[in-house]
Amino acid sequence: MTARAKPHPDRRAYALLIISAAVTLALHAPHLPLWLPVPAALLLALCWKFRRRGRRFPVLARYALVLALPLGVVASYGTIFGRLPGAALAVGLLTLKLTETETLRDARIVIATSAFVLMSALLFGQSLLQTALVCVALWPLLTAAMSLEPAAGPTRELMRGSASRLILALPIALVAFVLIPRLAAPLWGAPGMQVARTGISARMTPGAIGQLLIDDRPAFRVGFRGPIPARPLRYFRAVVLWHFDGRSWTPGHAALPLERLIIRDRPSRYTVTLDATRQTLLPALDVPVATAPGTLSTAARTLLAMRPVDHTLRYTLESATGYALSPQLVPAERRLGLQLPSDADPRARALAAQWRARYGTDARAIVAAALRMFHYGGFRYTLAPPPLGRQQVDDFLFRTRAGFCEHYASAFVFLMRAAGVPARVVAGYQGGYANRTAGYLLVRQSDAHAWAEVWIPGDGWMRVDPTAAVSPDRISLGATAAAQTAGAPWFLSGWWIGFRNRIDVVNRLWDQAVVGFDALRQHALLTQFGLDPSRWQSVALALGGALGMALAVGLALALREPGKRGDALATGFQQLERRLTRAGCVRRPGEAPVAYLRRAASSLLPPAATTLLTLAGRFAQLRYGGTQPPPPLAVRDWVRRARDFRP
Amino acid sequence: MIPEQRARNVAAAMHARLLRRHPGLRSGQASESLPITLGQRRIYVLPSGFGVGFGSVMLLMLLGALNYNNNAALLLTCVLGAASAQSMYGAFRSLHGLRLESVKPDLATAGGPVRVVMGFKASLRPRGPLRLVVAGTSHPFALDREARATVSVTLHAQRRGWMQLPALKLESTWPFGLFRAWSWVHPDTIALIYPVAEDGGPPPGRAGIDAQPVPLSRESGEEYAGLRDYQPGDPPRRIAWHASARSDTLLFRLHESPPAQTQWTLRWDELRELDPERRIMRLARWVDEAHRDGRAWMLELPQQTLGPDRGSAHFHACMTALAILP
Repeated sequence: MTARAKPHPDRRAYALLIISAAVTLALHAPHLPLWLPVPAALLLALCWKFRRRGRRFPVLARYALVLALPLGVVASYGTIFGRLPGAALAVGLLTLKLTETETLRDARIVIATSAFVLMSALLFGQSLLQTALVCVALWPLLTAAMSLEPAAGPTRELMRGSASRLILALPIALVAFVLIPRLAAPLWGAPGMQVARTGISARMTPGAIGQLLIDDRPAFRVGFRGPIPARPLRYFRAVVLWHFDGRSWTPGHAALPLERLIIRDRPSRYTVTLDATRQTLLPALDVPVATAPGTLSTAARTLLAMRPVDHTLRYTLESATGYALSPQLVPAERRLGLQLPSDADPRARALAAQWRARYGTDARAIVAAALRMFHYGGFRYTLAPPPLGRQQVDDFLFRTRAGFCEHYASAFVFLMRAAGVPARVVAGYQGGYANRTAGYLLVRQSDAHAWAEVWIPGDGWMRVDPTAAVSPDRISLGATAAAQTAGAPWFLSGWWIGFRNRIDVVNRLWDQAVVGFDALRQHALLTQFGLDPSRWQSVALALGGALGMALAVGLALALREPGKRGDALATGFQQLERRLTRAGCVRRPGEAPVAYLRRAASSLLPPAATTLLTLAGRFAQLRYGGTQPPPPLAVRDWVRRARDFRP
Repeated sequence: MIPEQRARNVAAAMHARLLRRHPGLRSGQASESLPITLGQRRIYVLPSGFGVGFGSVMLLMLLGALNYNNNAALLLTCVLGAASAQSMYGAFRSLHGLRLESVKPDLATAGGPVRVVMGFKASLRPRGPLRLVVAGTSHPFALDREARATVSVTLHAQRRGWMQLPALKLESTWPFGLFRAWSWVHPDTIALIYPVAEDGGPPPGRAGIDAQPVPLSRESGEEYAGLRDYQPGDPPRRIAWHASARSDTLLFRLHESPPAQTQWTLRWDELRELDPERRIMRLARWVDEAHRDGRAWMLELPQQTLGPDRGSAHFHACMTALAILP
C-alpha cells in the first residue's frame, strides 16, 4: 500500500491550516482595527472556496492585497513599527500567505508563522483565559503539522494524537517555565511604552474617573495577614492632589516635608498584587507606616514605584487605619491646602463665605454644613452626569447637581478652601470585593474613587467622603450598585459582577503564580530548593538536569515495546513445554504447539493425558479461537492449570 | 612504521569498527540477511530542516517572552517546545522495532524496470507513517492494523546478471516533521536480471537447426487465440496495445501455435563472429521465440548444456544461465 506523496498540502491539511489561521486571527481581533480582521476572515473563507474548486487565488489580487496591507497599517497607526502595527502586519501577512500555500514548504511557513503570531497575541494581555485560549489554539496548528506527513492517518486520529502530545507537554513545560532564568533587565526596547496607562492617574480631569468606573478589570488584589477590613474602611490612597486650576486637580510641584504620622491603632499587614498600570502610583490602604522595598513615599505618605509598573507587581505593607497625619501644619502645606484658582466660581465662593461667617474657624462645623448640603440639597449620584460649563464648580453645585465621586470631591474641597479650611483631594480606590473563601480583597478599576482630606487642628488630615453623604450606597455597596438606579449597562448588572467576583480567585492564583513570576520570585522559589540563583551556573544546572531527566524518561518510554512482558499465554506454554521436555517429550522443530501437546498426551497415562488434552484444546481456543486478543481472565486460568499440571 | 601511516591505519580501523557497530549509519555497507530488525543502535535522529526553522522561531519566541517579561508567552513557548520535542520520540518510535521481513524482486530484463516488493512487520503498537527511500525516490507507507505493510518499489535494471539491490533508507518524521529518524538497511537479496533479447535479427542459422525449420514468420504460422494479463518475462512484442488501452492492465496476445514444431539447438559456439554480449542477446531472442512458439530447444553454452526440453521451467533455466554468463 504505497501512497503517493503529494507536493502540496492536500485538502485536509489546507483546511487545518485555514482553521489555525482563523483561530489566530480571532485571538488578535479584539485589539485590531475593524478593517483588518473582518476582510481577513472573508479572505480565509475565499481561499478555502478557491481550494475546494481546485483553483488558485488570482495572482494580481494577491499582489494588490500585499501592497494594501502596509498602507492600511500606516493609515491606521501612522507607523508599521511597534506592538499594535506589528501585530496587525503579522496577522495580515499570515492571512495572505494562505492565498499562496501551494507547497509543503509554504504550509510549514504558515505553521511557524502562526505559532509566532499566536504568541504575540499574549503581548496584549496575559489573563488565564487568554493564555488558555492560545494554548488550545496550538491544537489545530499541531494537527495541521501532522496532516502534512505523508500517509498520515484519519483526521480523528491526528486530532487525538496532537491533543495527547499537548497534554503530555504541560508538565514538562511547567518545569521549564519555573527554571528558565528570567532577565533582570530587558535586552532591547522599553516594553509597553506605547501602551495606554490604566488606573488612577496623577491628574484628575473631569470624566477621568468616570472612564474607570465602567472598566471592570481588576486593578489589584490585596491579601491581608489579619481579617479583611470592613467595607467603609477600605480606602486605598493612590495620590494626593493639591493643585486646582478650575478644571483639573494635579499633585502640584511644591517640595513638602514628609508628613508626621502618629499611629493610634494596630497597623494591619497586607500584600498588594498590582496589575500593570504603566505608571508609578501604588495604591496603599490608608496611610502606610513604612515604604516597601523598591518604593518611595510622597510627602503626603502615598507610595510611588521607582519605575512605571509594566508588569504585575507585588508589595507588602503595613498601614495604620487609626492615625493622625501631620497634626501640625507647615506653612507651605497650609498655603497649598488653601490654593484656589483666582477668579473662578463666584457663587461657590459666596456660599463658603456664608459658612465662614456663620461658623468662624470651626472646621468641623463647616465640614458638617457642606455634607448636609450634599445630603439634603437635591444632589444625586450618577455615572452619566450632564456636562458642565466653564464655571465648573458653580455649575455643578447650583445647576446640574448630579455626578459621581470626582465632582463631589472637587466641589467639596473647593468649598472648604473657600471657607478657609485646608483641604485636598485624594484619589484612589474604595471598596472592593472580599473573597472570604480565598481570603483576599479584589479591587477593580470600577472601584476607583476620589474623596477629600480636611485638616482639623489637633487631628491633622482627616478623611471626608462627600460622595457618601450623597449616596451612602457608593461606600456600602460600590459604585456599580450605587449607579444601578441610574441604569447601568448590562455587563455591570449585579449577578454578572457577583459571578465574576466569585470566579476571580482563579485569576488571582494565575496572576500570582504565573504572570507575576518574575526574577525576584524565581529567586525566592529556587532558594527554597537549596539552589543559589545568584550564580547562574546553578540555575543552568537545574534547568539542564531537569531537561536531561525529561529526555531520559522520554527515551525510556520510547524504547518500551509491548509484548516484551505481554504474552502470558506464550510464557505459560513455554513453561509447560520445558516441563514436558524434562519428562522426555521434546518438541520437534516446526511442530505446532497444539499438535505437540496432543502428541505429548498420547505418550502419557490417562489422568495426565486427559488433562493435557484439555489444556491443548483450551490453548487452541484461546490462541486461535473467537476473541482475539484472548480474555485475560481465561488466559490466567489456563496458565494456572498449566502450572499445576504434572506429567 | 611511520607515525603518519600508523595514525591513518588506526583511523581506518576505528572507522571500520564504527560502521560495524552502527550498520544503519551509512548507505555503503555490507549487506545483511533478512529479517532485519531496526533496533535502537541503528536508528539515528536529527532535526529536519523544518525542525531547525521551527526551532529558530521558538527561540525567537523565547527571547521575546523573556525580554518583555511576558510569562504567559513564555509558558506558551514552553508548551510548544515540549510538544514539539516529542516529535523526536515519535520519529524514533515509528522506526523502532520495525522488521524488514521479505524483499522479493520480480523477474526483469536488462534495461527495464524491476519491481521489488518488500514486506514489513512491526510490534503491535500504534506507530506513525514511514517512508522508504530507494535510489532517491521516497515511498510513504503506513502499517495496517496487524502492523504489516508491503511496499513495492520500481528500480531500473541496468545490466543482466545478479543485481545487488541498492541500500534502502527507512525514515520517519512523524508526528510534526520536526525531527527525522532514519536507518539504512542493506538486505542481501539479489535480483536476477535476464538479458535483453535482441530486437530483430536472423533466425537460428542453418547449421544450428537439426531438423527442417518451420517458417518463422509468425503471422502465417500462428493463430490468434485470445488475451491474458501480461506477466513479467513476457516478450513485449506481443503486448496487445490496442486492447490494453481499453483495459486497466497490460494484455498479452496468446497464440495457438501448431504443436508439431521441430526442435532447435541453439549453440553459443555458432555465433563466433559476434561479441559476447551480442551473442547472449541473440541466444536470448532465440530462446524467447522457441518458448513462445512452444517448441523444444536445447541451449549449448560454454560450460553447460540445457535441454532439450520445452516449457516455462526450461525457459527460465536457460534465461538464468544466459543472465549469469560471465
